[in-house]
Amino acid sequence: MTVLEAEDIGVSFGGLTALQGVSFRVQAGEIFAIIGPNGAGKTTLFNIISGIYVPLAGRVRLIGEDVTAFEPHLLARRGLSRTFQNLQVFFRMTAAENVMVGRHLHERRNVIAHLFTLPSVLRQNRATRQRAEELLAFVGLADLADRAAGALPYGALKRLEIARALATEPKVLLLDEPAAGCNPVETEEVDAVIRRIAEQGIAVVLVEHDMRMVMQISSRIHVLDQGRTLTEGTAAQVRTHPDVIAVYLGTQGTEAARAHG
Amino acid sequence: MRRFAASPYGVVVLIAVLVAALPAVLPTTFYVRIAALVFIFALAVVGLNLLMGFAGQVSLGHAGFFGIGAYAVAIGPTHLGIPSWAAFVIGVALAALIAFLVGRPILRLKGHYLAVATLGLGILIAMVMTNEAAWTGGPDGMPVPRLELFGWRVRGPVTWYWVSGITLVIGAWIAANLIASPTGRAFRAIHDSETAARVLGVDVARYKLLAFVLSAAYAAVAGAYLALFDGLVTPDSAGFLRSIEFVTMAVLGGLGSIFGSVVGAMILTVLPQVLTVFHDYEHIALGAIMIVFMIFLRAGIVPSLLTFLRRSS
Ligand SMILES: Nc1ncnc2c1ncn2[C@@H]1O[C@H](COP(=O)(O)OP(=O)(O)OP(=O)(O)O)[C@@H](O)[C@H]1O
Ligand SMILES: [Mg+2]
Repeated sequence: MTVLEAEDIGVSFGGLTALQGVSFRVQAGEIFAIIGPNGAGKTTLFNIISGIYVPLAGRVRLIGEDVTAFEPHLLARRGLSRTFQNLQVFFRMTAAENVMVGRHLHERRNVIAHLFTLPSVLRQNRATRQRAEELLAFVGLADLADRAAGALPYGALKRLEIARALATEPKVLLLDEPAAGCNPVETEEVDAVIRRIAEQGIAVVLVEHDMRMVMQISSRIHVLDQGRTLTEGTAAQVRTHPDVIAVYLGTQGTEAARAHG
Repeated sequence: MRRFAASPYGVVVLIAVLVAALPAVLPTTFYVRIAALVFIFALAVVGLNLLMGFAGQVSLGHAGFFGIGAYAVAIGPTHLGIPSWAAFVIGVALAALIAFLVGRPILRLKGHYLAVATLGLGILIAMVMTNEAAWTGGPDGMPVPRLELFGWRVRGPVTWYWVSGITLVIGAWIAANLIASPTGRAFRAIHDSETAARVLGVDVARYKLLAFVLSAAYAAVAGAYLALFDGLVTPDSAGFLRSIEFVTMAVLGGLGSIFGSVVGAMILTVLPQVLTVFHDYEHIALGAIMIVFMIFLRAGIVPSLLTFLRRSS
């Protein structure tokens, strides 16, 4: 089932065409990678899909509904969540509280009850906290639940963002470079976490520079270069595509070597 | 003890104990009067702290809402024949309503722009109070009839000490409740990253507005209390300086700390009284003390001291 569809997406920033004519479809439960050299427009594409930017052209459809330029919180309600390349962590809250914010849409939001802490609010807080702990355990951060997010290492924060996004119970999850700044052991862990997320039927759209990881776990790969689609296909197809080798992998020898290795 | 002081409910108990115990050590009604003023200002600052310290949105116009509460209990009984208690309720509701209507467009602004817009709002409200002399008595202000509840005349420093002290405890308790709820988490999330909050489903505009309306209601309650206590209200109560004073109290005591709001209100109310011994240099001394506080306790007095205690244990 197609859960996310981008059609002919275009956007420009003061003369610079950041994206043009980008289209793709993502199925439930698949890991769909978007790769491309720095500045290709991957993060911009995520910003458009998640409602942070408004596209100049094109449509975004989420589970059959046209959601182009919807506000992010309305998209979250419809099952879209994401993480950020440049971290957007709630630094003054604990790790558990960060994830608890992700439960917002699944909590009763009756302010009057909150003002007087009715027993239902206490019960709900406990349930939210418990779910947050489960999600932290899922990404391997169980021990850090009560640590201030501001005091956590970079790799942990990347996974904290994943746990927080999962707390919204998304149907589509956008991950922007989840393994950036992770050591090889952590990268393996992130790799495993992403697979388990997809196994739950969640569509994962993955932007990642670690080619080894991308080639291993993605069902399909969409290649961007300078805001345009270069090609799309399986790891084997993309890896051997002459344009990809020339424009993307060719310019970044180490990544090409790793991809082939 | 540390954990107790850091938890929002520990703070509520602390404030309650303070209110209950203080009269035993206050020598004269002069001091009781000052304590009542501290509680009244602290109430406004606790509300402002919800907006600034938790939701992370500045307001340099909160005295406007304070003034609306104050003038409601003056104008209602004097010109409209409404009993004081009803005028009080109407004043608080009116402040909340104005915050709701003005908040929508204003809270789209961020940082300095929001600061200037709220400043403008405060000045506007104070101007209305100064200019509508037929209703407000103009720059000289107007007398406020005493509050009477079921035949009980609420007057005098001791009575107002208890009324404002108990209200402060309730206000702090409500704030603590809110902070520990999904609403409070949404406030704090917005403070740290609006983008992340939006992506997680938080309706940022709605929660900013909620914080603004709530803080306006706190300010209006405090304003009405001060007017009823003083028996007089002037446009100064809604003025620019008072707005700055509230922000200073919140920042000095510690943004994001309820007890900090009480400490901030206490220092800025008590210190000028103490510093009168310096006669002509009173304001210079006050300014210097504030600068020193902010340099050495830059997170505000209470949060900085808590961090210090944590480090040293
Ligand atoms: N808000 C913005 N204003 C102006 N230009 C922007 C904005 N956002 C992105 N760009 C530009 O759009 C282009 C694509 O940027 P984007 O961040 O999407 O690249 P990317 O593929 O994510 O790169 P990286 O791999 O480095 O993360 C870049 O040239 C960038 O400078
Ligand atoms: Mg990027």
